[in-house]
Amino acid sequence: MSKLRVGITTLIGLLCSFSAFAETGMDEKINLAVKPYADAVAGAVFSSFTVGGVAIPFVLVWLIIAATIFTFYFKFINLRGLKHGFELVRGDYHDPKAAGEVTHFQALATALSGTVGLGNIAGVAVAVSLGGPGATFWMILAGFLGMSSKFTECTLGVKYRNVYPDGSVSGGPMYYLTKGLAERGPVLAKLGKVLAVMFAIFAIGGSFGGGNMFQANQSFAQVVNVTGGDASWLADKGWLFGLVVAVLVGAVILGGIKSIARVTSKIVPFMAVTYVTAGLIIIFMNFSAVPSAFVAIFDGAFTASGISGGVIGVLFQGFKRAAFSNEAGVGSAAIAHSAVQTSRPVTEGFVALYEPFIDTIVVCTITALVIIITGTWDPSVDPSAGVQLTSTAFGSAISWFPWVLTLAVVLFAFSTMISWSYYGLKSWTFLFGENKATDAVYKILFLFFIVVGSSMQLGSVIDFSDAMIFAMAFPNLLGCYFLLPVVKKELNEYWADLKAGRLVKTRDA
Amino acid sequence: MSSVMMVGVDGSDCSARAVKYVLAHAKPAGAKVLVTHVIEWSRYSFSTAAENEQRHKRREEEITRANEDIVDPVVSRLKEQGVDAAGLVRHGHVSDTMRSLAKEHKVSSIVVGRQGSAGLKSYVFGSVGARLVQVAECPVTVVP
Repeated sequence: MSKLRVGITTLIGLLCSFSAFAETGMDEKINLAVKPYADAVAGAVFSSFTVGGVAIPFVLVWLIIAATIFTFYFKFINLRGLKHGFELVRGDYHDPKAAGEVTHFQALATALSGTVGLGNIAGVAVAVSLGGPGATFWMILAGFLGMSSKFTECTLGVKYRNVYPDGSVSGGPMYYLTKGLAERGPVLAKLGKVLAVMFAIFAIGGSFGGGNMFQANQSFAQVVNVTGGDASWLADKGWLFGLVVAVLVGAVILGGIKSIARVTSKIVPFMAVTYVTAGLIIIFMNFSAVPSAFVAIFDGAFTASGISGGVIGVLFQGFKRAAFSNEAGVGSAAIAHSAVQTSRPVTEGFVALYEPFIDTIVVCTITALVIIITGTWDPSVDPSAGVQLTSTAFGSAISWFPWVLTLAVVLFAFSTMISWSYYGLKSWTFLFGENKATDAVYKILFLFFIVVGSSMQLGSVIDFSDAMIFAMAFPNLLGCYFLLPVVKKELNEYWADLKAGRLVKTRDA
Repeated sequence: MSSVMMVGVDGSDCSARAVKYVLAHAKPAGAKVLVTHVIEWSRYSFSTAAENEQRHKRREEEITRANEDIVDPVVSRLKEQGVDAAGLVRHGHVSDTMRSLAKEHKVSSIVVGRQGSAGLKSYVFGSVGARLVQVAECPVTVVP
């Protein structure tokens, strides 16, 4: 009860201090204050080299190369592992005595609620607009390759997790970078510690950026869009929207009011199914346009007619969107997947294959197809109009869908924020220690950034968000490279057991 | 070889009636009694990462609480009356779990209490007893 009181008092405090500024064009003030920092950070992370007139950030190449190497190293586990991954999620190998613990399905659902967010809806619209339909091909390819990165990091996340005396479980790149690399020798142990700290810092940034500000910003944009655009009463009241969302998120993360999170966690999968179904309906309604859409995709992927930057530009948009949407290689999913109950870490790797599959190859592709088929992609789009484009695309086929989309967008944003507040919290306490004070400080900062995010112009928000999330991939993947043999050993042993029938398959009715 | 009876308990009045029935029948038959409580849980539910982190700990708490509050009092009461009783707590879907536990422990009959709710609610949602009667592999006694 006292925790609740602290939470409510803090929130009221926030409310009062922000309403004090209410009259003075808060949005613009926040934007001006934060923009230079956001731009500086984004510039650093996205330092790039130029190919064919297009600036390719090193970090993107880093992500894709890792995903490709992992795919080959594990001999296309992203294909081989799908069937078994499905069986694991369905519960075929569930130990009855472990009933009540976190199941593979639950771990996957939790991780998905964090990754399926505005990137799938708004980001895809931007990618397809700037890169043309061809970006879809590269996006799917990046999603496919990314499955191997997820496989690797989630296996490691479970293998090197911390299990505390009270039974709680904490895992993630911070732990496998320290513990895992420590096993490989004293030099690597030192490197592991450095990488873990780097990761934690970037993850905190990511939790404020892509997991928070971007979600707040884009969900606000959609709410404004559907209530009348510039003429909407809410048009310049981003801070107000942010405040309401902050109170709700605060109720969950500070006040421990599980009921809100429980409601959301039931509605979000429902919204996801609704969104996918609506997309499929639009695609089937325009069945005759589907072949030409695919022609446009393949044509655009390799010839890139009319797209600035040519094929490289198209590739870049597709890869970038997939990477930001499914976070493969970034390491955040490893934090979510680590709580699963299992004695074989690699099982969670198999399960994690489905994350980029569902996120990118299914949801993002459906968004892309709807945009292409309805012809709403527009190369001259302003990147801040991301979600508006998707809304228009769906709206042109199902007139009332923008309202449903708004609800979906707000819910996806909310659930992504809840998930990322956890990832950021874990990173924060890894750096500053686990106690009530550090806990509260992080959470209050998180809420503060919700308000900031819905007030800022999207341009700076999107760059900063992208930057922090991609930055996480640097220490994470570097550590993963060193730990590849560990994962391979787990995989080979498990695969042998599986083939020899030594793994108990239980399929209770 | 003595037979094994399973009685499903949840601390309610209707399960108290089931226990009374078991007491009356197990003692003369010299049967062993498995006092079972199933904590409603689904492996396909949705949760947050923070909940997952604490899940193992909470599961232990739930099991302890179920034992202390629901199962142990019944077990001791049965033992006082001279019946060989043991407690069993498991998470899962109530009737399906009782069915598989019954199979695992080679139970010869299951006893549960009847909620007594007639009408729309039980028609739509069914009841543990009704479902158990359909899926169990041994005789099921539903005590009114």
